[in-house]
Amino acid sequence: MSVIFILILASLMIAIGFLIAFIWSVKTNQYEDDYTPSVRILFENDVKQDKDDKTKQ
Amino acid sequence: MIKETQRIMLCYHCGENCENETIHIAEKHFCCQGCKTVYEILNKVELCDYYMMESQPGLSQKTQVRPDKFVFLDDDTLQLKLIHYKDKVQSHVSFYLPQMHCSSCIWLLEHLGKLDKHIIRSQVNFLKKEVSIVFNHQYTSLRKVTELLTAIGYEPHFSLNNLADKPKKNYDKTRIYKIGVTGFCFGNIMLLSFPEYFSLGNMEEKDLQQLFSYLILFLSLPVFFYSASEFFVSAWKSIKQKILNIDAPIAIAILITFGRSLYEILSQTGAGYLDSMSGIVFFMLIGRFFQNKTYNTMAFDRDYTSYFPLGVTLLSENGMEEQIPVSNLKTGQRIKVHSSEIIPADCILFLGKGMIDYSFVSGEAIPVEKHIGEIIYAGGKQTGGALELEVVKDVSQSYLTQLWNNDAFTKAKDTGKSYIHSISKYFTLVLFSIAIASALYWYVHDASRIWNSVTSVLIVACPCALLLSATFTNGNMLRILQKYGFYARNAAVIEQISEADTIVFDKTGTITQQEESAITFTGVQLHYETIQLIRSLVGQSNHPLSKAILQSLPFCKLIPVKNYEELVGLGIRGRVLDHEILMGSSDFINEKIVSTDKGSNVYVKIDNKLLGYYSIQTTYRPGLSELLKELQEKYDISLLSGDNNSEQLKLKKWFRSDLLFNQSPQDKLNYIKKLQAYGKKVIMMGDGLNDAGALKQSDVGIAVTDNINNFSPACDVIMNGNSFSYFNPLLRYCKQNKLIINMSFVISIAYNLIGLYFAVQGQLKPVIAAILMPVSSISIVLFTTGMSSLCSLSLKKAGLKVINKHPKDDTNHTAN
Repeated sequence: MSVIFILILASLMIAIGFLIAFIWSVKTNQYEDDYTPSVRILFENDVKQDKDDKTKQ
Repeated sequence: MIKETQRIMLCYHCGENCENETIHIAEKHFCCQGCKTVYEILNKVELCDYYMMESQPGLSQKTQVRPDKFVFLDDDTLQLKLIHYKDKVQSHVSFYLPQMHCSSCIWLLEHLGKLDKHIIRSQVNFLKKEVSIVFNHQYTSLRKVTELLTAIGYEPHFSLNNLADKPKKNYDKTRIYKIGVTGFCFGNIMLLSFPEYFSLGNMEEKDLQQLFSYLILFLSLPVFFYSASEFFVSAWKSIKQKILNIDAPIAIAILITFGRSLYEILSQTGAGYLDSMSGIVFFMLIGRFFQNKTYNTMAFDRDYTSYFPLGVTLLSENGMEEQIPVSNLKTGQRIKVHSSEIIPADCILFLGKGMIDYSFVSGEAIPVEKHIGEIIYAGGKQTGGALELEVVKDVSQSYLTQLWNNDAFTKAKDTGKSYIHSISKYFTLVLFSIAIASALYWYVHDASRIWNSVTSVLIVACPCALLLSATFTNGNMLRILQKYGFYARNAAVIEQISEADTIVFDKTGTITQQEESAITFTGVQLHYETIQLIRSLVGQSNHPLSKAILQSLPFCKLIPVKNYEELVGLGIRGRVLDHEILMGSSDFINEKIVSTDKGSNVYVKIDNKLLGYYSIQTTYRPGLSELLKELQEKYDISLLSGDNNSEQLKLKKWFRSDLLFNQSPQDKLNYIKKLQAYGKKVIMMGDGLNDAGALKQSDVGIAVTDNINNFSPACDVIMNGNSFSYFNPLLRYCKQNKLIINMSFVISIAYNLIGLYFAVQGQLKPVIAAILMPVSSISIVLFTTGMSSLCSLSLKKAGLKVINKHPKDDTNHTAN
């Protein structure tokens, strides 16, 4: 039966980890701008890098 | 001939028509040198991907910014206020760029480092139209960065407001933390309570039960001390003021629940009600968050400082020009105001021809002409050439700006106690009498159960469902209204609207359409060739009427004009293809004409033959007369106009009651005050800065604007001009809010009665509380959001269209 004590505490620790992650994400303004990142992710890599890639090939 | 119009060249940079076909680089044509320069700058550093993402992403560069415009940014005290972080190497600054409108903009602005390697980082917040830039101030400066942005077509908008010593409006995140923490605790407490629920309080493993209840107690501590603190604070404040607001019974319920649970767990006599307690705190916090959700991209608290420029060109006595911050401007000083700059203080015109656009102030689209010696009021924008002015009043004491010294602005607007608070007073009284009654009953029958039953009554009767019904109804209504272009500042505004009985309209820009003045030509049929002649001539002039006519004409190639002449206040003349053309007032063309049309007329005479006239009239918003007819059935309606009474006859048909003309901003404010003194609840509909006082004084100030990203004065609601004709259904919808709240009251009281049935008997088992509490909360949430959504169907039926949320989809290529 003692295993359930450990399991409960372990699960609580994991949950607290997620709580901390949530607070951290709010603190670092990750919810401030929910539009620009969606555009930003579609941009091509920098032109410079593209050239590097080509020379490698 | 028609083929000619189809072969239109569009500017590679901004997409405007290329009237001059000589400006091009290889295949790429540009409408003006400005656009070409931007292309060249970008081409040099291989940033031409800018043009790949969206076609013609740029903004017209026809109006050039004068080179020394940003010299004032070298001022150290100014820099201190604009730069929000500075160390030895780096400066952090953010700019407001109203021109930002597409993904190309984001891309370019985030690659600024390629244009200037001393810009370390730049990041765009598209919805706020802001770019935050980190630059190395050892090699570059704030002014240089600003000039770079201007050079590529994104001139930052600086206003006096940037200087105000307001605390940074950092979005308050504590409520989000609280919700996160409470949600976490609530979920885990529920999980740990399941064994208790299923065994109905008779757990076999005593050790396990004890561990669970201590864990629950541990998890409830942050809920009680951190998350619920705002209820205690608010309740305490209200008790000190001798009012009972809704937070008072909630605070009592939380306090007693926690106290009794603590006792039960420590004395090992029961499992406590901590699951119910953290549940109600969680739901109430979510409700409040939902209700107070604001739009961070919109500003409801602008004053004149948001419109006024930061720097101004000062002319010293020896004729030198110097850039100084507007805040240092004093009376008697001579200043120079360039084209498309705002006049910062009341001035006398000393040199130049004033063509003052007061659209910010009054909503009037057609500029006013000013001659030397006349007074120009602050807030107008010069549209002609440069002016020399002498300042006669301080910036804060000008005709317009002194409005902000009025009481209405200094005292915070009474947000109006939600009527839920007045109900809660009775609720609390009833609650206490039930508690006392059950105490008396058990005192007679079984004194040992007094304590148990009284605490149970107070726990179960927590008016959280009551609170939830208001917060969720209002919150959902806010969300629905915003979908239809009606952006309320907060939920209290909806209740205020539902109580209003008087509506006051401003005229120009509110019930008239700002952009589209109707231009009609009366006279002989015009041929294509004739139109081409007229277009060529008006193309030369910068007069607002000429510009309006130019816009209304179909596109055709401009022909060079010879002997062009512009006579102030009269008209223009010139020779095009051997035709002598005169356009202007009736005096100018030497004809005595009695015109029946109101508004401005421009007569056209070609080769001494009068062809007819263009008449330019303000147009009223579509659906205005129907709207006013409907509103008049329920509201007192009046009109305040800063203009003269030239349109009185037309307006008289629509407004049965007060029609006031020549109203100054202060008059408008006073009129609202007078109505309120008679006990009226007033909605003010306005648009310009001159309505700012009235908007602020009224119970609900609604700013009507055609582009929600444009500037609008301080108000409670920002309304999209397209939704204007649907104002009545919107009002009706706001009124339904009370009905929905009352209905959900009935439901929540039914739940309370069930709870009380157990509580007065002193038999409230934790499991019953734990079932009753979430079921009542969730059903209230579902009912209120469902009902408010259901009622919104009437809006759809009325023909309202959903307005796209993202500014990207607005056609704001022409943003200021």
